[in-house]
Formats: sequence, structure tokens, C-alpha cells
Amino acid sequence: MLHDLSIGELADRLAARELSSVELTRHFLARIERLNPGLNAVITVTAEEALAAAARADARLGQGERGPLLGIPLIHKDIFCTDGVRTSCGSRMLDNFIAPYDATVVAKLKAAGVVMLGKANMDEFAMGSSNETSFYGPVRNPWDPTKVPGGSSGGSAAAAAARLAPCSTGTDTGGSIRQPAALTGITGVKPTYGRVSRYGMIAFASSLDQAGVLAQSAADAATVLKVMAGFDPKDSTSVDAPVPDYPALLNAPLKGLKIGLLREFFDGLEPRNAKLIRDALAVFTSLGAETLEVSLPHLPMSVPTYYVVAPAECSSNLSRFDGVRYGYRCESPRDLTDLYQRSRGEGFGAEVKRRIMTGTYVLSAGYFDAYYLKAQRVRRLITDDFRAAFEKVDLLAGPTTPTPAFAIGAKIDDPVTMYLNDIYTIGANLAGLPGVSAPCGFVDGLPLGLQLIGPHFAEARLLGAAHQFQLATAWHTHRPRGYE
Amino acid sequence: MSLTRQDVEKIAQLARLSITDREMPVYVSSLSSIVEVVNELSRVDTANVEPMAHPLVGQRQRLRADVVTESDHHEKYQRNAPQVQAGLYLVPRVIE
Repeated sequence: MLHDLSIGELADRLAARELSSVELTRHFLARIERLNPGLNAVITVTAEEALAAAARADARLGQGERGPLLGIPLIHKDIFCTDGVRTSCGSRMLDNFIAPYDATVVAKLKAAGVVMLGKANMDEFAMGSSNETSFYGPVRNPWDPTKVPGGSSGGSAAAAAARLAPCSTGTDTGGSIRQPAALTGITGVKPTYGRVSRYGMIAFASSLDQAGVLAQSAADAATVLKVMAGFDPKDSTSVDAPVPDYPALLNAPLKGLKIGLLREFFDGLEPRNAKLIRDALAVFTSLGAETLEVSLPHLPMSVPTYYVVAPAECSSNLSRFDGVRYGYRCESPRDLTDLYQRSRGEGFGAEVKRRIMTGTYVLSAGYFDAYYLKAQRVRRLITDDFRAAFEKVDLLAGPTTPTPAFAIGAKIDDPVTMYLNDIYTIGANLAGLPGVSAPCGFVDGLPLGLQLIGPHFAEARLLGAAHQFQLATAWHTHRPRGYE
Repeated sequence: MSLTRQDVEKIAQLARLSITDREMPVYVSSLSSIVEVVNELSRVDTANVEPMAHPLVGQRQRLRADVVTESDHHEKYQRNAPQVQAGLYLVPRVIE
């Protein structure tokens, strides 16, 4: 079946003209129509635009043009602005917002001939770890519809895992690509901060947000990332450095690669989960890598640091939603203050309001030094720990999440328990490091992910290691029942 | 340390968020637990540690030449506005 093929295989068939992009697009649109009602992974389907884009790709192919993504369908997380298409960010606030321009990520993929099938559900403004905070309702995990797919890129993850598209885009502020990739059994890559443009990506926490890919394999992720990455003058934190040819670098041998096992990540990890991670690392040693234990003493402070820095930046970023220029406006405001307060109070959901208030509190007079500046200092200590570790090892490894997917409704009323889902992923965001999650086995029928973290701009090394692991294992090829 | 209802009302007012009476107790308790978690930071010795605002070392804020690069899109942008008149955004009367 077409949805079993890798992006490379699809591109080959398109190039050989054995398959048209219109046929391929119809195939995935039909899957969305049939399977999405059970998942709620896609909240806007752009069938007409997709078929038109596919026809344009076919015309380019017909003229002899070739490209790794020319005619390949994809689903964008609804955090990326898409010109002329609703961009809701999972919020009532933007339920009526038609983006007037394309995010750079969207524009680059469009130029490469990618066919957008639609927009993926997500936690509201990317704030959540279960996709339950979306205004459009929770996304279901294709492995078990009573379980969450993770978040905030939960719709992107469920869509890729259920093969509603070959791949999808996501964003990762505290684990929002890696955690849902792990919980749905797919591969996710969160690049180095500054590697991919944030222009047109609705901001949550600007010093942490980074766009990436959710795909069926590290090789597919490498293909998409190569097109997405690169300098963008429209993003002031975009890094002006050449983009390596990630797909060409996937076969670097692992011999002699030093992988550090993060001691702090194994503390208290459930034995069955720990065993899967240790088994995965044994695969790496069989491929010639060396493993050694390393400690990052300040890493346990990641969660408190993150829950100061991220809400502080969120409260500032989300002040732009005022009911005046775009987005939700309350009925019959009495005066301007009432307009601001009720538009925001009614337009934002519970978790977003909680984060705005947390951020407002830690930035307020009298608390700024004790919380915000303190968290920025601890952030440096965490970053320094990573830097010291990378003097000894080439990559760090550990679990992506403490547990497999949990039940819908299990944690939503207890924000602090929910925040602890990101305990292993937040560190990479605070230090701006790239990370990959790759499927490494199952616990009670639910997938679990191995996380690899690298030094700044080591995406090629990370994707290469994950690719070599996937050549030696078959975890990434397992399909949820009902979505074969 | 736990927050009081008055604290949360003050925060909500600073953030320009209307919070209903039904929502208020939930926020008082959840924000208190979050503050408890972030208070763990006080246990870390950060003497002589510079605050870190940006994850990439040595990155400087890039500036561009102060020249117009965008064309006028106000009509397109204002299609998303709740209320406009003659190219202006309408809000309730501010000055009587």
C-alpha cells in the first residue's frame, strides 16, 4: 500500500512517473476521511488546495523536475501560519483566524513541491503534554483510543502514526515533538534552537520554541528537515550556518561513537521501561558504539526552571491577543478593559490562562529576581552540565518519557503531574540542543521511545545514529491495528 | 508558599484575564502547587552565575538596515479584525 512506503520510495515512484502526486494525495485524503473521525488528529482538511498543489507538482515532474519532496503529501501542525487557511493554534481565540501569510517553514516546503493535506490538532497554543487542552477536543492515540497521543504536537503524531500522511510538522518547546513521537511509535526530531525559522510559527516561549518533523523513520525525518532548515532573515534568532545534507550523512559508521547514559534519567524509571532503553543501547554497542554513564547534576532542576521561563515568555507573547486586531472578541464589551479581559478570559482555555498567570506572577514586581532571574541562572547551570558532558561523549541517551501513553482524562486536572511528563525532554530545550526520539519497543502494547540528545547543530549525528538503529531493529515498522 | 484568592485576582487583573467565580478556586490551588514546584529553585546555589537569556552562546542580536521592505497589506490583515471602519480598528470609546 502507498502509505507503507517511505518518502524516498514515494519520491522514486513519482520520479519514475509510475505514480502521480494526485493519486498519492487522493490516497491519503481518503485515509483521512475514513480514519480521522476516530482520532481527531486533523482539524482542517484542505482537500481542494491539496489536489491543486498535487496537480502543480505533477506538472513540474512532467517537465523533468525532480526533488526529494516534490509531490509528497504532508500535514502541518496548526501552529504554522498557512496563507488563506485557518490557523487556530488549537484555540478558540484563533478559531476564526485565516492566516494572511505563510510561515517560512510552510513556504519552504511549498516551494519544494510538498502537498499540504490539512492542519493538525494540537494542545492550545502548544501548552500541554496530552493534546487534551485543544479547543477542538482531545486527539486519540492510534494504538489505543482511550489513551492520549502526547502533546503538544499530538495531532501531528497521531496523523503520522496512523499513516494519514507520510509525515507531519511539529514544534517542540519542552518536548512537544519527541514526547508525542514516543507515545505514538514514530520518529521525531527537534532541531537545535535557531536551526529552523520561527517566522510565522505562533510563539509560545521564544527562547525555547523550535520546529521539527514527525515521520516514519529517521531517514524520512532527515529528508524533510533538510528542506525546512536554514537561515531566515525574518527570524532574529535564526542561525546563519549552512545546512548539512542530512540524508547523505545517515550512513556514518557508529564505530567509536561515545554514547552517554544519563544517570538522572534512569533514577526511578519503571524497570520494564528501563530494560527497553538498555536493550536499545545494547544495539548501539553491537554496532560499535561505546556507552558510558554520565551525570548532569543540575538536570533534576529542569522542570522548575522550565515552569518559570516558559510561562514568563508565554505571558509576554500572548499579550498580543487583545480582541482588537484579530482573534476572538467578547460580546458587547462595556469598555476597553472589559473588552481585553473578557476576550482573553473567554478566548483562552484553562491551561493557557494558568500559564499566562504563572508567567505574570514570576515577572511581577517583587518576584522577578527570585523567580525569573533565578531560573535564568539555573538554566545556565543546566546548559553548562550538558556542555561538560559533551566534552566526554558524542551523544546522550535515555528514555523520551517516563511512561507509555496514559489514559485520556487521567492527568488533566493535575497540572503538576502533567508537567512531569516532560521531565526528560525539557533539558534539551533549555540548553537549545537537538534531540531525536525513535521507537524502541512496547510496554503493554504501547510504544516507548529512545531519546538521543546531541551538541548544538549535531542533527546529522543524531539522525545517523537513529537511522543505524532502525536498520538493525524493526520497532519503527510496527503499525497500530486498524491503521495498516 | 501558597497563593490566596486575592493574589490570584491581582495576577488575573495584571494579565487582563476575566476569571469566573467557578474557575477561581481551581486557579488558587493549581497556581499554589506550581509555585511550590518552582520554589525548588531556591535550593540551587547560583552565586556568580550569569542569567542566561538565549540558548546559543555568542549569538548577537542581528540588526537590519532601516529601510522599508514590506508593502501595505492592511486590507488583507484587517479581514481578520473583529471590527474595522475606514481602515481603522474599532474599540469601545476610551475618552468621554
